[in-house]
Amino acid sequence: MTTVDDRPTAEQVRTQQDIGSLNSPITSAGAATSEGGQELQPRSTMSQKAIMRESGSVLRMSESAAAALADVAADSQEDQTMIINMGPQHPSTHGVLRLMLELQGETVLRCKPIIGYLHTGMEKTGETLSFMQGGTNVTRMDYLSPLNNELVFSLATEKLLGIDGDVPERAQWMRMLLSELNRMSSHLLFMATNGMDLGAVSMMLYGWREREQVLRFFQKVTGLRMNHNFIRPGGVAADLPAGWRDDVLALLDMLPDRLAEYEVLMTGQPIWRERLQGVGVITQSEAIALAATGPILRSTGLAFDLRKDLPYLNYNEVEFDVVVGVHGDAYDRYAIRLQEIRESMRIVRQVLDKMPSGNYRIQNKKVTPPPRGRIDESMEALIHHFKIFTEGFKVPEGEVYVAIESPRGEVGCYIVSDGSAVPYRMHVRAPSFVNVQCLPHMMRGGLVADAVAVISSIDPVLGEVDR
Amino acid sequence: MTPSRGQSVMFVAASDYLATITQLYSGGFTMCIDLTAVDYLMHEGRTLPADVVAQRFEVVVNLLSITSRQRMRVRVQVADGESLPTLFDIHPSTEAMEREVFDMFGIAFDGHPDLTRILMPEDWDGHPLRKDYSPGRIPVQFKGAAS
Repeated sequence: MTTVDDRPTAEQVRTQQDIGSLNSPITSAGAATSEGGQELQPRSTMSQKAIMRESGSVLRMSESAAAALADVAADSQEDQTMIINMGPQHPSTHGVLRLMLELQGETVLRCKPIIGYLHTGMEKTGETLSFMQGGTNVTRMDYLSPLNNELVFSLATEKLLGIDGDVPERAQWMRMLLSELNRMSSHLLFMATNGMDLGAVSMMLYGWREREQVLRFFQKVTGLRMNHNFIRPGGVAADLPAGWRDDVLALLDMLPDRLAEYEVLMTGQPIWRERLQGVGVITQSEAIALAATGPILRSTGLAFDLRKDLPYLNYNEVEFDVVVGVHGDAYDRYAIRLQEIRESMRIVRQVLDKMPSGNYRIQNKKVTPPPRGRIDESMEALIHHFKIFTEGFKVPEGEVYVAIESPRGEVGCYIVSDGSAVPYRMHVRAPSFVNVQCLPHMMRGGLVADAVAVISSIDPVLGEVDR
Repeated sequence: MTPSRGQSVMFVAASDYLATITQLYSGGFTMCIDLTAVDYLMHEGRTLPADVVAQRFEVVVNLLSITSRQRMRVRVQVADGESLPTLFDIHPSTEAMEREVFDMFGIAFDGHPDLTRILMPEDWDGHPLRKDYSPGRIPVQFKGAAS
């Protein structure tokens, strides 16, 4: 972890912010909107409790801090604050996130994220697609880490089928390889967008360039750059292509130098540090109360990573470190993601050493379609192939929740099956959906220019926020 | 406690819901990772423990204990039109999740600070993830386009 030791801790910063908001005169905007109940309301129409919540109290703050926030609304000078919209078409909001900000000058007093602009009913769609087809749906939720979404859906389906212990080793290691490469590509894109949001535009080009190299490997393996539908219940769709090891090694040789360039361009640069350090602070207790996961939770100093703490696949057989921060600010979240790219490279190297030979999918006729060659020879194989692609396979009745560590945090899949070939209910616990709730708490008392840095440091993907 | 595929599941009556979650919270389950619901309208014959009376809806809460690295799933039966107390005071993370369940299923949470629609437009009719909500038969609703 690259951190500066003389900086105050997250708790100290938070206390300072509370004192700051106590001293500043806060007033009512009086600008009622006609859009309805989802939006940020003027203070005059709101209860004390609602104002406290919207201005960023997690209800577990100290009595004095809570009292300070409650006092804020009592003072009601007009025309000192205004409520403005940021987004949904703002370029820094990573899609169609809309924030309503209450500003006093340049200081953000309250913030309310408004989501739903990308809601396409993917969970409803999931109730009409069979377990065979479901991967095509979930892969489009978090489109920056599609393989992790496919993985969690496949793991949940396998658990319902009771075949989670029978998936071949090669398939498990291939899934780990793809999952870690996907984490790298996602974090590389974060480097690009984070740089772009803060004005380091050349970083945007570098980040996209390196990510493209990873996506090229995905294209070679899966046929697609994104939305692969490659990890499927029972294994993966195809074996690794010839020469895959050289491609991965080329990636691993290329990246360390590039990451060192990022360090020069961003980490070592005073402007970069000034923009990020102490911005968007969240404390550990707040992060836990808000169920924030992934780099946000780890930036507060809690070393919680599902790959380490609740291992899935073969993560207990590889060595890697869980990167944690100290201050819970945007800089820590940037540094954690940068370092996690290196940790993922470490895992990928071990996967290269340990990749076994064998089947890449389970040889269970119930789940796996027959190979193409068999269809020309055997009538039964043809019928079987036809049935599995038209009707899908039946999954025993039950319900299951499986969670893995995606680049953004815990992505979970809750599936209820009624014994048919289609999930009765398919719910995805999207990390961005929950993490976006941290925004009001991170933005309280900050500057509107830092709002961009805070949104960027959450790294939300609106495809999975709205689903 | 009833295990389901090796996972810990608790069935809780709606009257004991808040007390159980509070008890679990003091037992270390400090993170409410997920809160969702299922509409069992078309699947009434589902397998339930003998002492649980099946209702149309089921609210499913996934809790996580960071210290003991355990998960706990709490399932609550909710009849159509009934409501549940909010978990917001124990787990502030449920704010958006309960709003989503309200939006998608129409299950109300008493005491929730801001129980409005979250994903659908605020003037939308119906709750899309209910099993009797048929997307194909409902005319497309456009906000402000009524002539």
